[in-house]
Amino acid sequence: MSSDLLLVSNALIGIPAAAAIAVALEPAYRRSAIINLCASGATFLFALVLLVVEPESGGYLFVDDLNIVFIVLSTFIGFTTSVYSASYIDHELETGRLTTRNVRFYHAMYQSLMCAMNLALLASNIGLMWVAVEVATLTTVLMVGMYRTPHALEAAWKYFILGSVGIALALFGTILIYMAAEPVLGQGYDAMVWTTLMSQAPQFNPRMLNVAFVFLMLGYGTKVGLAPMHAWLPDAHAEGPTPISAVLSGLLLNVALYAVLRFKMLLTANAAAITPGPLMITLGLASLIMAAFMLYRRGDIKRLFAYSSIEHMGIIAFAFGMGGPLANFAGLLHMTMHSLTKSAIFFSVGHIAQAKGTQKIADIRGLTQSHPALGWSLVLGVVAIIGLPPLGIFMSEFLVVSSTFARQPLLAIPLVFGLLLAFGALLLRLTGMAFGEPSRDHGEVKASMWPVYAHLSLVLLAGIYLPSHVVTWFQNVARLLG
Amino acid sequence: MELLTIDIAHVLAGALLLTSFMLLYQDRLSGLINIYTLHAVILSLSVAWQAYYQDAPHLYFTACIAAVFKALIIPFSLRRIIKRLRIHRTVEVVGGVGITMLIGIFLVALSLVVMLPATASADPLSREDIAFALAIVLLGLLMMVTRRNAVSQIIGFMSLENGLILAAAGANGMPLVVEISVAFSVLIAFIVIGIFLFRIRERFDNVDLSELDRVRGGRS
Repeated sequence: MSSDLLLVSNALIGIPAAAAIAVALEPAYRRSAIINLCASGATFLFALVLLVVEPESGGYLFVDDLNIVFIVLSTFIGFTTSVYSASYIDHELETGRLTTRNVRFYHAMYQSLMCAMNLALLASNIGLMWVAVEVATLTTVLMVGMYRTPHALEAAWKYFILGSVGIALALFGTILIYMAAEPVLGQGYDAMVWTTLMSQAPQFNPRMLNVAFVFLMLGYGTKVGLAPMHAWLPDAHAEGPTPISAVLSGLLLNVALYAVLRFKMLLTANAAAITPGPLMITLGLASLIMAAFMLYRRGDIKRLFAYSSIEHMGIIAFAFGMGGPLANFAGLLHMTMHSLTKSAIFFSVGHIAQAKGTQKIADIRGLTQSHPALGWSLVLGVVAIIGLPPLGIFMSEFLVVSSTFARQPLLAIPLVFGLLLAFGALLLRLTGMAFGEPSRDHGEVKASMWPVYAHLSLVLLAGIYLPSHVVTWFQNVARLLG
Repeated sequence: MELLTIDIAHVLAGALLLTSFMLLYQDRLSGLINIYTLHAVILSLSVAWQAYYQDAPHLYFTACIAAVFKALIIPFSLRRIIKRLRIHRTVEVVGGVGITMLIGIFLVALSLVVMLPATASADPLSREDIAFALAIVLLGLLMMVTRRNAVSQIIGFMSLENGLILAAAGANGMPLVVEISVAFSVLIAFIVIGIFLFRIRERFDNVDLSELDRVRGGRS
């Protein structure tokens, strides 16, 4: 690995790690919020450098076209969320829902999460990646339970148990991959490193790979939030602080998906092993349709959008399961658009819940009148997430649907059915919340709106004009995914 | 000599599996903790034997973690916790022991059917160890599903995790086993501290998860 690249990738892990220690030692919460913000910003800048250096591998980290997409996306959302989180936390401190000690802990966990996610994305080794995903789970569990209410503790407990079972299954799969690789690559690290695994994959024992993939798919799939292992996701989104809901939906689900994609590439490389596609398609469609139905009965605004995340992760898993250059391209685009849109929605939802003092959809009415900026951001976000033109998600969903029609017309029927169901449900809920006679306000909110605007304008831009650089970049990655 | 070595490894793995079955039907919390201690001791012996057989000194470290952390510290703190929570005399209602055992036997058969053909070309030692390990993992999952009490669910999770460590130690020369077992120990420490901190001092009356279900009332 060249020294530039080594410096950059170490910085991506080192900055959040150092910042986590710094904020843990910093008692003044304003200063720790600033450290949090600066560290996330610096990490994002370093991630941008990855776009210009030549990707290669070496040591315990490696960089290729695939993980650059994930890293740039997750450090960007990590940065905007830290901006948003500063104003959100301010309000929580004023209303006394959190104490300064909580906040100190929260910031330390936030940076540890960023560190763990970057490590999971950059790790060249399947064992190290597993450890990083485990640490990421642990930090989010602690943040989900931050409010210490019975509901929050229940959510954290459920997430903890299901997440632990998920990563335990993933570890079993990881061990099996090692055992499949060991006769070919010999004992030691070589049998766990992505680059050597990929190059020698055709010679691995296919039956072992098959069993391993089932465990990996179920294990990491739990963390992606695919049905039927999704039970932790709505609770964890609804009960934790809202910046964490944004980070969970925008980043952590993607990191788990990244792990699944890597192992999918490994199986695709071995001709004798099962094709991983159908399994992903099935889980994806199941998540999409289940979540679409569940959207109709939601009474809690954060739960509503958590189910929408399950729905979109289903679409993304479906697209990657279809495979091929076009569907992979659509999957990547959809993942990017979903992360940006969903975190923007959660940013507005967090402030809305603070303004109205409730998360109950029934008690939130007429937002566009009482809080025009928040209300219209929510409207725009929901219009984007249900896939209306000219926003980015329309384009990616259109690509997913059209590539499905071209190759497997029968699969397009449940896909379109699920999309329309979700469309109806979200539109129905949105009209009630955004329009009509405003409901009573709970108090003033100093909302920081620019993270929302930044995300939504990116989504709008992508829908109207996708720069050719990005297109070729995503096409390269799509080809890599096979 | 080779055969004897393999036999000893299998005896230890088999004993671990049997202990998992004992966990399935034990309905007293204190009894459960005792059996878990036994589980951890057998695991540590088994890992130590693998360390000796594979001549992999780092595995001795994993064995030490199992012996000190899992067989001493965890049972000790769990015992204190159940005493503090005043549930140490609780006899849990474990519904349908017979059926649970039958499902357990079915799971063991399943893991043998799945793993043995898949690993036909592997080393005979790791081959059967991984099948046993999968069975222990599945039994741990079964225990987590059938129990309502948080402490017994955690013991189920820890027995599951012991199965994973057995698998990792059995995979010839697998690196990072120590790191993985440390990562898992941290996870478990968090769970145990979690129950301790969030129990009654906060708002629950007990750590029975059906209480948590009650909390769910009126939400969607």
